Amino acid sequence: MDCTGLCETLFRGGLDQGIAQFISLLVGVLLVSGVPLVTVIFLIWVERKIAARIQDRLGPNRVGPFGLLQTFADLIKLLIKEDITPTAADRLLYNAAPLVAFASVVLIWGVIPYTPYHFGADLEIGVLYMVAVASLGTLAIMTAGWASNNKYALLGAFRVVALLVSYEIPMVFALLVPVMLAGSMSLLEIVHAQGGMWFGIMAPISAVLFFISAQAETGRAPFDLIEAESELVAGFNIEYSGMKFGMFFAAEFLHVFTNAILLVVFFFGGWYGPLWQEPLIAFMWLGLKASVLYFISLWIRNTVPRLRIDQVMWFNWFRLVPLSIANVLVIATVVKIMQLLNLAPRNLIGASFGEVLPLTLVLLLANIAMGLIIVGQLRTAGQTARVAAENRASVRAAIGD
Amino acid sequence: MEITIVTVAFIVFALISLGGAIGVVTCHNLFRGTIWLMVSLFGAAGFFVLLSAPFLAAVQVLVYIGAIAILFTFAVMLTRSISNLKTRFTRLNINIAAAIALFVLLVVGVIAPVFILNPDLQQPVSSVTRTTIDLGEAFARGNSFALPFELASLLLTAAMIGAIVIARESDDEV
Amino acid sequence: MVPLWFYLIVAAALFCIGTFGVLARRNGVAVLMSVELMLNAVNINLVAFWRYLTPEKINGMAFAAFIFVVAAAEAAVGLAIIISVYRNRRSVIPEEADTLRG
Repeated sequence: MDCTGLCETLFRGGLDQGIAQFISLLVGVLLVSGVPLVTVIFLIWVERKIAARIQDRLGPNRVGPFGLLQTFADLIKLLIKEDITPTAADRLLYNAAPLVAFASVVLIWGVIPYTPYHFGADLEIGVLYMVAVASLGTLAIMTAGWASNNKYALLGAFRVVALLVSYEIPMVFALLVPVMLAGSMSLLEIVHAQGGMWFGIMAPISAVLFFISAQAETGRAPFDLIEAESELVAGFNIEYSGMKFGMFFAAEFLHVFTNAILLVVFFFGGWYGPLWQEPLIAFMWLGLKASVLYFISLWIRNTVPRLRIDQVMWFNWFRLVPLSIANVLVIATVVKIMQLLNLAPRNLIGASFGEVLPLTLVLLLANIAMGLIIVGQLRTAGQTARVAAENRASVRAAIGD
Repeated sequence: MEITIVTVAFIVFALISLGGAIGVVTCHNLFRGTIWLMVSLFGAAGFFVLLSAPFLAAVQVLVYIGAIAILFTFAVMLTRSISNLKTRFTRLNINIAAAIALFVLLVVGVIAPVFILNPDLQQPVSSVTRTTIDLGEAFARGNSFALPFELASLLLTAAMIGAIVIARESDDEV
Repeated sequence: MVPLWFYLIVAAALFCIGTFGVLARRNGVAVLMSVELMLNAVNINLVAFWRYLTPEKINGMAFAAFIFVVAAAEAAVGLAIIISVYRNRRSVIPEEADTLRG
């Protein structure tokens, strides 16, 4: 690794080269991990305000102007609470679980490219790393449920693991599509490959699939039976209070925003937008697009009812998994045919808008065809259910109930 | 032999994986045992990174830790293996002796004469390695690993169906 | 880089710890966990040999990937069998599953 910038300054200042490199890497790590940590402070306020407005109330507005300092008030409250560990709980696992949960979310931010020149690490296997780290979060939640020595926590943990492990499958299949289109698992190259056309326009069904399974992965409505706040006494969180609960809380909110940013990076162009050549403007576009998608996810959270665990499982195994497999097959076939006919560039990185246009139009047609088939099936399923319900009602009326 | 960052990383990962392994075979509480198993597998993932196989490292974390170890946790919880307070080991002394004898045999009989005493087999032959793209191509080419790849997916399907059938409640109707 | 025999010694140690676990533990699930340790040790061995002796071929990495697949399949079926035995005989200790003994 060559020594430039801060490393070179330190080296010239007389430090040993190994130590200079280590210090410059450390500063880089602190900066990269500072972005999610600062974001989470703002996110908690945004979430509560928007949830409140959708529910026709004001939300926090006492602490600071518009309630902006509410997060700090929450933080101080959680920090000064007594740090309890239940007597019969598994002490080490109980205390380690919130840390692993938070770490698994912050680790994802290490591979996200903020601008063409600023990113944590450009891993050759970025997508796989991201999915692997997200699966560590599953482990943390189950450990929390088990280590609390509480049957409700354990029940919550069982359901959580079933949910999270099942919804990883459509997520990985949906992520196969940008990897296929970009020809690389590195997130930087995936964003570069969207210079001609966003993948969300080439493959909208994949974007929707990733969005749905990411919502399920974080335990957001309609899948929030993980921490069904009005049932199951807060799930695996029951025995946690104080800052340990704060870490789970912050990890969940950060995870939703992380999913929004990943959706932008994979499907909605990353840092592309008009005037993106300046790093600061590029970063602003990324943040703007991520905020719009985060708002949509919050909107859905506060509007839809909760699903039951068996409905969630049925939906995954009977609808999402076949759809995601069919999606990958259709897109792979279309892309290969277009490449054989020389209508699509072999390598999307550096391709211009005009070169990618035929591929975009054909893929869009294929996606619309799949979408029509899905909507048609939904209509017939809805009609069957309605007819069955009417039959039941008429049978009851005929009996004279 | 100079102490570089690679050596330090190797020692750290070796301690993690060996410590985790010892934790697995000596724990009372099998839930903790699965956590130790995850720790040991994480150490092995570190080794894969040091050996220029990042794809295998990510697959190790994703498959072994994210799926297999969680499967073990479920099995531990479903078979109530936590409160089993009977003795942990059968014939402890002879088994420890057997394991140590095996280790000594492997080191003295195989590793030392072939690899320690031969200076040609100590450092990597070259630093140009195959990458993940080559692995993907190998799995797709007909004259390479395409057939084993298909057989592996067949094996996984059979295992999945077999596990569901074996583990289902016997009074369930299909 | 570290000499090759460092990796081989660590893999041999992991394998022997796994062997001890298979031979000595009374609980079936613990036996399976030790088998996973042994498979892991074999994988480390394979990838070390690939990296140090034939890094220009893909065979080592592909073989290691297949070991992942086989280990996953074996763990799933093994655990299903253990759960089924537990349901029928309320015990996961391998020594007590001796109905076929003459």
